Amino acid sequence: MFGLSRQGPSFAHGIHPPQAKDETSGLPIRQFPFAPVMLVPLQQHIGKPARAVVREGQEVERGQLIAEADGFVSVAMHAPASGVIQKLGLMPSISGKMVPGIYIKSFPGSSQEVNEGIPCELDAASVEDILLAIQGAGIVGLGGAAFPTHVKLKVPADKPIDTLIINGVECEPYLTTDHRVMVEQPDDIFTGIRYLLKVTGAPRAIIGIEANKLEVAESLRSALLAPAYSDIPASVEVVAVKYPQGAEKMLIRALLGREVPSGGLPADVKVVSVNVATTAEIGRLLPHGRGIQERVITIGGPAVSKKGNYRIPIGTPLRFALDYVGLADDVSRVFLGGPMMGQALPSLDIPITKGTSGFIAFGGDQARAQPEFPCIHCGYCVDACPLFLNPSQLGLLAKSGQHQRMADELHLMDCFECGSCSYVCPAHIPLVQRFRGAKAMVRKQQAKS
Amino acid sequence: MNKRSRTLEIHTSPHIASGASVDVIMRNVVFALLPVAAFAVYSFGLAALLTVTVATASCVATEHLLCRLSNSPSTVRDWSVTITGLLYGLTLPPALPLWMVVCGGVIGVGMAKFLFGGLGYNAFNPALVARAFLQAAFPAAMTSWTPAFAADRFSSIPASTLTIPFAAPAYDGVSSATPLSLMKFDGQFAASGDLLLGLTNGSAGETCAVLILAGGLYLAARNMLNWRIPASILATVALLSEALHLVDPGLYPPATFMLFSGGLMLGAVFMATDMVASPITSAGCAVYGALIGVLVVVIRLWGGMPEGVMYAILLANAASPHIDALIQPRVFGTRRG
Repeated sequence: MFGLSRQGPSFAHGIHPPQAKDETSGLPIRQFPFAPVMLVPLQQHIGKPARAVVREGQEVERGQLIAEADGFVSVAMHAPASGVIQKLGLMPSISGKMVPGIYIKSFPGSSQEVNEGIPCELDAASVEDILLAIQGAGIVGLGGAAFPTHVKLKVPADKPIDTLIINGVECEPYLTTDHRVMVEQPDDIFTGIRYLLKVTGAPRAIIGIEANKLEVAESLRSALLAPAYSDIPASVEVVAVKYPQGAEKMLIRALLGREVPSGGLPADVKVVSVNVATTAEIGRLLPHGRGIQERVITIGGPAVSKKGNYRIPIGTPLRFALDYVGLADDVSRVFLGGPMMGQALPSLDIPITKGTSGFIAFGGDQARAQPEFPCIHCGYCVDACPLFLNPSQLGLLAKSGQHQRMADELHLMDCFECGSCSYVCPAHIPLVQRFRGAKAMVRKQQAKS
Repeated sequence: MNKRSRTLEIHTSPHIASGASVDVIMRNVVFALLPVAAFAVYSFGLAALLTVTVATASCVATEHLLCRLSNSPSTVRDWSVTITGLLYGLTLPPALPLWMVVCGGVIGVGMAKFLFGGLGYNAFNPALVARAFLQAAFPAAMTSWTPAFAADRFSSIPASTLTIPFAAPAYDGVSSATPLSLMKFDGQFAASGDLLLGLTNGSAGETCAVLILAGGLYLAARNMLNWRIPASILATVALLSEALHLVDPGLYPPATFMLFSGGLMLGAVFMATDMVASPITSAGCAVYGALIGVLVVVIRLWGGMPEGVMYAILLANAASPHIDALIQPRVFGTRRG
């Protein structure tokens, strides 16, 4: 209810869904086996698809560049396994559309050693070099948005950055990937922070962690005191457990008390924020000149047998992954990401991509859709919306198709679709679902005019 | 996956929900009202039992039949019309002729709820509209009060209760005055202890402030009632009436009397908090409550009638959409003001 709770600072409003993290948060990250055929879509990020640089029948080694960035808002792709390029063609995607990509037939029993590339030395490299290295390593926001990281880091010269925020909140229920990365890869995170501080010019970094991971915060704090890292101007801050605390705007509000302006960017309040797993990948890959070809995901939920955190090759077909972890017979609903913002699956033939933070399966009657009632004006959604929008009124306007009015008068486009309104609605009105549609309509209109 | 084929549901996020549900909220309001109704029967006997039962039944039946007539599924299972019926019954004089009770129920649910579009669309609290209709149509019957705790209240039914439709009701015994009418017409103020515990005359369910407050606390604790509404109403009434009492203690009653007499408690806790007819923001609810508080004091002390809670809430219901239009939360990242 208030900005400050016993657990630590936070933002106003928000919700408290069950955490459901205990089952996987203690499980170390394990390497996932290689699928016989990998599907690497050329667009796994926001922006322009990558351009393939391999041809059919060509042999590739794990970690080898297979597609290069095509323009500024685009990143490279690397081979997730040693093998042979089966074909360049269309493949199913999460949107339900067929998208272009690269099929790789992996070599069974090969060593799957990753090749070293040209390292990006922290001291020798310029800011521009580091940005190019990040783009060349194919790094995007691993929290789920999959926005190219080098674009985010390219701060306008007239907007000095005073704080780099490393986002280790992970507020989505079930997901524990960032948790495990913070436990297992503190060195990579700190190395990543060094690169990020240099690129952004920020004088300090704050690692933000939710109060449900106090022991992680404590271990990072003590690790920072070690001689190897004591020169890093970074601190670890604990924020209250509340959803969507991990949203960039909410975390900045909690840590610094600053509000990113409506329609603005964190740079407008002198902040750049980067997900902690993304930071760890920068620290892990850049010193070796490697590219991102696998990521950590949580596979969990009541209907999964082998729950856990896995380092999984990007391009692993979901069907292969599910066979490996095993699903309960009563499985009824599966989705990629967490239960609050995770994407529904149109097909099990789609691959794991860079933006996939988890795979969750529910069984039986869990999360079954309930009948809709009329809005009774209870105000639960108004008290839940972290951006202080009026979801009730937006919902009524969405129902009558007044999309432009929603955008013009009620800040529809600020909505980042956290789903808190739908979560609390006792009338079971699909609020955020309608807002997604309305936003798409508004964007379409804008593109036309 | 395995050889077996499975059916998977495809939904967009979120994939979990808080578990709150409209019918659960409504049912809890009914639970919170049951002790109040029980006390009404305890203090007014069979008369109150019949009045509250017939009021509830007429409201539920009206909604059910209207849904059937309009070929839509019956909505009585969302429990909202049960609240309307109970509340409506509790605001009536206990020995009101039953045919009038039915008339009010049909008018309230039919006109104030169904015609507006049903649950979620009623601009006014249907229970109060029903009562307002009766107040206008049968002013004499609506101000004839049976005494509380009559010795024969469990053995005999008042003659007025069973009046034949359209005949003038006969009141056996002396019709007794309520604390508010004594205040208004005789300048007497009842003891606040009696008011708190419900030992006075009045409408069936309005007399016991303690039970009403307990129900309100239960709902507020479960976040099924916006506590800012009753808090704001009661604070406004207390401040305003105490100030007036200090000016002229003979003419104006003390705040304790104003708070615990008449329908204020029942209205503040259960009527004004009708989610549909009250503002959606908490700040709006505070303003709405203050408006009701001012209107109650003005009508009670300077109006022609002893009680003003009903009209105060109905007027504030009308203002509610305008309060919503004026008071919206400041969107994150926009400038204040």
